[in-house]
Amino acid sequence: MDIYRSHVIICGGTGCTSSNSDKIEEKMINNIKDKNLDKEVKVVRTGCFGLCEAGPIVVVYPEGAFYSHVKLKDVDEIVNEHLLKGRIVERLLYKEAFSEGKLKSVNEIDFYKKQRRIVLDNCGVINPEDIDEYIAYDGYMALGKVLTEMRPLDVINEIKKSGLRGRGGGGFLTGRKWELTYNANSDIKYVICNADEGDPGAFMDRSILEGDPHAVIEAMAIAAYAVGANNGYVYIRAEYPIAVRRLQIAIDQAKEKGLLGENIFETGFNFHLEIRLGAGAFVCGEETALISSIEGKRGMPNNKPPYPSDKGLWNKSSLINNVETFANIPKIILKGSDWFREIGTEKSPGTKVFALGGKIKNTGLVEIPMGTTLREVIYDIGGGIPNNKEFKAVQTGGPSGGCLTADLIETPIDFESLSTFGSMMGSGGMIIMDEDNCMVDIARFFIDFTVDESCGKCTPCREGTKRMLEILEKITKGKGELEDIDNLESLANTIKQASLCGLGQTAPNPVLSTLKYFREEYEAHVIDRTCPTGTCKDLLSFYITDECKGCTKCSKACPVDAIEGKVKQKHIIDRDKCIKCGECISQCPFDAIIKK
Amino acid sequence: MEFKFDVKKNSKKIDELKKVITENKNKKGPLMPILHQAQKIFGYLPIEIQKIISEELNVPLAEVYGVATFYAQFSLIPKGKYTIGVCLGTACYVKGAQDIVDRIKEQLDLEVGGTTKDRKFSLQATRCIGACGLAPVMTVNEDVYGKLNPDEVPDIIKKYK
Repeated sequence: MDIYRSHVIICGGTGCTSSNSDKIEEKMINNIKDKNLDKEVKVVRTGCFGLCEAGPIVVVYPEGAFYSHVKLKDVDEIVNEHLLKGRIVERLLYKEAFSEGKLKSVNEIDFYKKQRRIVLDNCGVINPEDIDEYIAYDGYMALGKVLTEMRPLDVINEIKKSGLRGRGGGGFLTGRKWELTYNANSDIKYVICNADEGDPGAFMDRSILEGDPHAVIEAMAIAAYAVGANNGYVYIRAEYPIAVRRLQIAIDQAKEKGLLGENIFETGFNFHLEIRLGAGAFVCGEETALISSIEGKRGMPNNKPPYPSDKGLWNKSSLINNVETFANIPKIILKGSDWFREIGTEKSPGTKVFALGGKIKNTGLVEIPMGTTLREVIYDIGGGIPNNKEFKAVQTGGPSGGCLTADLIETPIDFESLSTFGSMMGSGGMIIMDEDNCMVDIARFFIDFTVDESCGKCTPCREGTKRMLEILEKITKGKGELEDIDNLESLANTIKQASLCGLGQTAPNPVLSTLKYFREEYEAHVIDRTCPTGTCKDLLSFYITDECKGCTKCSKACPVDAIEGKVKQKHIIDRDKCIKCGECISQCPFDAIIKK
Repeated sequence: MEFKFDVKKNSKKIDELKKVITENKNKKGPLMPILHQAQKIFGYLPIEIQKIISEELNVPLAEVYGVATFYAQFSLIPKGKYTIGVCLGTACYVKGAQDIVDRIKEQLDLEVGGTTKDRKFSLQATRCIGACGLAPVMTVNEDVYGKLNPDEVPDIIKKYK
């Protein structure tokens, strides 16, 4: 193997790729070649670093210089100055990674300090398209150990002892699921990875597949051995082209090395793995709907029981776990369940990856030990709210979850605490909202999503969510009545109880949680006909400020004669007459008319 | 919108599709992978193509149509030369993505899910594309535009006109 004096690590996650990290890589490689440094410096494109806010990110080792917001035109300078002459380009360093003339290591940056990277530890470190790099970081050792030293029941017991719970949202005990599948009486069994990450603010699973695809493949092979399966599927969203491509490369490489396919590690164990693409249906994240989709049908859920462990894919016993759940498995096998239990809380051991977004300084991907408080994530890791705005709410669990308020910011993040307060862990979306976000509008946004994504099989979800949306639209348009709020609440509770699958059962959560914590905002829309944050445009009123010079242009332009006032005196708008057409604003030469 | 699928002009592509069908026929659950490939070949799934798939796989057309219409990614109408996607994931939404959609609709006189008459632009509201660090985000085919404000929309569209 060649030895290089420097390594240039470039983030190849979707966020950084969207801001040209692929072109930066290309240019970097060319420039390095031009300077005859290609025998000395190696360029590696890795998975997501997590700190998307600072992207595109380039790190140069051995110095550990953390360059952020790198542009194409900066490549020359990095190559000429840093790589050729050994002078670090201070101008491009991430602000926090450099203080008092000294470089700080990546782990000392606030954003990373409180994180504990287990699932993501290879992301941003190895080249996901090179199986040898994964193997160099103990990759496939867990599979080797399992196949040569452990019986299937030993594996299941180890996972059970670890207390690992499903990271897809439900939090069901993974070991228990494996045991149920192991015990099922079925001639053929399947292992399925649910990579249909549908929460519209979450991209953890995608980042894992983009940054460390082999971890998932290895875990699936371990699971297959444990439950007695020889075939597996990864069901992944077609919207994730980079992840799909890297996963396919990883599967091909693993096959080539004999780590997938027939007679793995010469133990006689066979495991075949195939990718199946979703096609844009949120409901397919529900396991029975996902199974229908792999079977080539409309992705509609079925009644449970029978559970997939009994009758799953093609009516055979099937084990379905989510990407992040799988990514924990090799670590637990190698380091043991005791090690795993030391992290996190008693009932929720381990870590959880969150996609932090919205009104927060450090947008990105974070992995924290369970039990970390919301405050630590939002302020210590996330860096707080930008533009000196006030924190208002944090939304977890996406369309199935709820909003938690500032009063609850000391809540520890674990499965039980979040559901106690009316939200849920969900798959890991965490969206921060500030004082400018209208909570009624946010509820409307999520219900609009579920109406779109409801598969239509059961009435409570198909009809109920539609009616909820109509009520919410009525309220945000300023036509709501007080009884609408009560109807909304009662409807939400009915849908929750009567729906067939998880989608419908959790769909009312955004409404119920905002009603619980922000009822006064609903009431302001209905009683006062105002939107306190100024988000709902139909509820805005027009005001004339002291900037008014009394030029009369507005009153002449007003089609309903709602503006009164004498020449050279401040005019006034009669809000009962005003139809909010905006004509006055476009006519005013002094910007003296505002909406609020 | 009105359009006609020309079977003659597409005969080469149809041969290609038939090859794909033969390759996947004996797989378990072949319909979804074939529809994906068909959409890649033709850009959309006209009824003529669904009929071919139905015949070759020996599955009722109703079932093929049912699946094709169930999933948001399969399109039954031709797409424009440029597909504009605006991310309406939660992170982008709280940062004002709706205003971006509204501005594009106004600029191109286009509804979400539609294609302009000259078949130049299609507009899609996409779910999270995972570039939350760049919110709000829009894409035009492969190009990504981030940290947008609505006033930048006209200039971006102009680039592709």
